[in-house]
Amino acid sequence: MALETSVIEDKLTGKFGDKVTGFIQIKDILSFEVQPDAMNDVMRFLKEDALLRFNFLTDVCGVHYPDNDVDRQFAMVYHMHNWIDNVRIRFKSFLNGEKPEIDTVTNLFLSANWQERETYDFYGIIFIGHPQLKRILNMDEMVSFPMRKEFPLEDGGRTDKDDRFFGRKPDNVNNN
Amino acid sequence: MSKSTDIKIVDAPPGVEGSGFFATKLDTVVGMARANSLWPLPFATSCCGIEFMATMASHYDVARFGSERMSFSPRQADMLLVMGTIAKKMAPILRQVYEQMAEPRWVIAVGACASSGGIFDTYSVLQGIDKVIPVDVYVPGCPPRPEQILDGIMTLQDIVRNESVRRRSSPEYQELMASYNIT
Amino acid sequence: MSDLLLPPEHRYAKMIEQKQNEDGSELSILNLGPTHPATHGIFQNILLMDGERIVDGEGTVGYIHRAFEKIAENRPFYQITPLTDRMNYCSSPINNMGWWMTLEKVLDIEVPKRVQYLRVIVMELARIADHIICNSVLGVDTGALTGFLYVFQYREKIYEIYEEICGARLTTNMGRIGGFERDWSPAAFKKINDLLEEFPPIWTEFENLLMRNRIFMDRTIDVGPISAEKAMSYGFTGPNLRAAGIDYDIRVAQPYSSYEDFEFNIPVGKSGDTYDRFCVRSAEVWESLSIIKQALAKMPEGPFHANVPDYYLPPKEEVYHNMEALIYHFKIVMGEIPVPKTEVYHAVEGGNGELGFYLITDGSRTPYRLHFRRPCFIYYQAFNEMVRGQMLSDAIATLSSLNVIAGELDA
Repeated sequence: MALETSVIEDKLTGKFGDKVTGFIQIKDILSFEVQPDAMNDVMRFLKEDALLRFNFLTDVCGVHYPDNDVDRQFAMVYHMHNWIDNVRIRFKSFLNGEKPEIDTVTNLFLSANWQERETYDFYGIIFIGHPQLKRILNMDEMVSFPMRKEFPLEDGGRTDKDDRFFGRKPDNVNNN
Repeated sequence: MSKSTDIKIVDAPPGVEGSGFFATKLDTVVGMARANSLWPLPFATSCCGIEFMATMASHYDVARFGSERMSFSPRQADMLLVMGTIAKKMAPILRQVYEQMAEPRWVIAVGACASSGGIFDTYSVLQGIDKVIPVDVYVPGCPPRPEQILDGIMTLQDIVRNESVRRRSSPEYQELMASYNIT
Repeated sequence: MSDLLLPPEHRYAKMIEQKQNEDGSELSILNLGPTHPATHGIFQNILLMDGERIVDGEGTVGYIHRAFEKIAENRPFYQITPLTDRMNYCSSPINNMGWWMTLEKVLDIEVPKRVQYLRVIVMELARIADHIICNSVLGVDTGALTGFLYVFQYREKIYEIYEEICGARLTTNMGRIGGFERDWSPAAFKKINDLLEEFPPIWTEFENLLMRNRIFMDRTIDVGPISAEKAMSYGFTGPNLRAAGIDYDIRVAQPYSSYEDFEFNIPVGKSGDTYDRFCVRSAEVWESLSIIKQALAKMPEGPFHANVPDYYLPPKEEVYHNMEALIYHFKIVMGEIPVPKTEVYHAVEGGNGELGFYLITDGSRTPYRLHFRRPCFIYYQAFNEMVRGQMLSDAIATLSSLNVIAGELDA
C-alpha cells in the first residue's frame, strides 16, 4: 500500500494549516516549507502518526542565502525517510539572518545531536534546547562561522601561495 | 622462494681490516647502524595512511628496510612519518609528538597534504607541516604509491648514513630548532 | 547544564572532585587519541575510567576537518570528484559513483545499461576492499596480526583492477557524468575473473581463522552492543544497523544503477555487538562476490557512456583533432553548460551505510550548496553509549568494528 504524496499533503495541511506551505515534488522527493516555530511539532507528527510513519531522520543541514530578505536568510533542511512505505520527504524552515534560532529535534531523534552541532559550527544557528551546543569540527577558539557565504575559503594569512597563479586577485597582472 | 644466498646484507664501510679487528670512522658505523634500523612512528591521518598500510603489508614490506617495529610511542621511535592532512586543530598535537621524540629524530612528510597542504587550500588545513616542525624528506603524491614512500625512506637512509654524529649539537641545528621555537 | 559545554577533561575533573568510591579509590581520566595505534584515523575520546571500566566518555572530532563542503561551493562539478574520493578513502569508487548519479539526477541523464553494470562491479569491488580492511584490522586490534597480512594481498589485486580502469590505486576519481572515461580493457576483465577465482578460498581461510576462534569470540561477543531501536534513533545505516537486526539496504530499498537486476541476500545480525558486525561484513563480502559474478555473466554490450556531449568530457585525443570535441571541452571546463536550478538528494549504499549527497544548484558551474550525509559522522555519536560500563580493551574492539574512517567523519 503505497503512501501517496497527496495523502501526506492532506494530513499535514489538515493538522497544521498554513504553517506548512509550498508542497512541491522535486525529482523524486516531496518537499515543503514549515514555519520555524512549528517545525518540532511537524516532525513529531511525521514520526508518530500511524499512517505517515517517517521513522528515520536521514539528514539535517543548513543553507545560507545572503541575498534573501533578512527573515529568510538561513534555511534548515531536514530529510526524513519512511522505511515501511519507502518514501522520502524533505522540509525546510527559513530563519532570520540576524538571529537564527530554531527548536532542536534531539528529543525525537538522537542522531540530530551531532548534526545540529555541525550546523551550529558552520552557520551559527542556535538550537533551542540542545543539550550540548558547542563546536564540533572546527577549532573551539574560532569565533566566526565558516560556511556562511561571506567567509573566505582560503586562509588569509598563508604566505606560501601566490594568489595571482590561482586567479584569486581582482587584478592578476599587477598583483592587487 | 628466495634462497639465503640471494639475500644481500649491508656492505661493510671502507676501513682498515685485519684479523680480528676492523677500524673505520665512528660516523660511518653509527650512520650505517642508524640508517638500517629506522623505527617509524606512523602518524597516519588520512588516505596516505592507507597507502602506508599497503607499504607495511607483505607486498611492499617496509620491514626489509629496517622498519620492523612500528612504534606508536614517540619516545621509542626514530622516524616520524606524517601521512595525511594535518588540520590546524591537529598541529599542536603533532608538535607535542615531535617534541617528545628523543634525538636523533627525523621527519618524513608523506603526501601532498603533509608537504604543503595538498589540494586543501582552506581555512582549516595547515599548509604543510614544515610550518610547525622541521622536515627532512618530502614525498609528494596524492597518495604516493608505496614505491614512492619506500623511495622517501631510502632517501632518508642516505641522509642518515652520511650524517655527522655531531650534527645535533652544531650551531646550524640549534638555529633550526630555535626557528621553530623548539627548545 | 553549561557543564556540558566545557571541554570533557574539565567536566570529568569536576566530577572526580565531587565523587569518591567507597573504598577510597578515585575515577580517572584517560585520553584515547587523537593519535593512537588502534584508532583508525584521528579522533579523540576522553574517557572517565573506574580502574579498567569505562564510566562515561565523550568524543571530540574535527582533527582532520578539511572543509569539503566549503571547497565544493567553489569548484566545478568535475573538480568535486577528487573531494568525494577522500571521504571514505577505503572504498572511493562508491563515493565517486554516488556523486555522478547525483549529477545525473540533476541533469536528467539516462545512462546505458552497460555503464550501470560496470558501475555495480566497481562499487562491489570497493565494498569488498572496505570490508577487508575493517575485518582484518579488527583482527589486529584483538591481537591476530596474521589475517591482516595475508588478506591485504588481495587488496593489492583490487588496486590493480582499479589501475586498469582509471589509473589510480586508492583515490580513484573514476568516471564521468554519464559513464566512464574509457571502456574497460580485456585485461581488467581478466583480472576481475582471476580475483573471483582466487579470493574465495582466501576469505574462507580468513573466516576460519577468526569466526569460530574461541579467543576472538570471547573478545567480541556482547562487546559494544546496541539495540535496533537505539540504532535507528541514532541514525545507523549500513552493516552496523544490519548487525543490530534491521535489514535496511538502499541497494534493495531504493535500487539505483540496475541493482534490481541482481539477486543477493542481506545478512542480518541479532544483537548488534562486535561479533555480529564482523559476521555481517564477512557475509557481505560473499554477497558482493556473487553480485560481481552475476554482473559479469549478464554484461550487456553497448556504449560506455551516455550520449550527452554537453556534459561528458570528450577524450583528449579528439579534443586535439576534432572541432566539436574542442568546443564541448571548452564549454564544459569554462562552465557554459546548461545546469537547471534544482535540489536533489541521492543516496547510495556506501561501505558504512547510507552515503547521501544533497545538492542545490543555481545554474552556475559550481554548486550553491553541497552537503554530504556521511554515515560515519552520524553513527559515531553512539560510540560512548555503546561502551559504557565495559572495559577499555572492549572499547578498542568496538571502535574497530564500527569502521570509523576519519575522512568521512570530518569531511
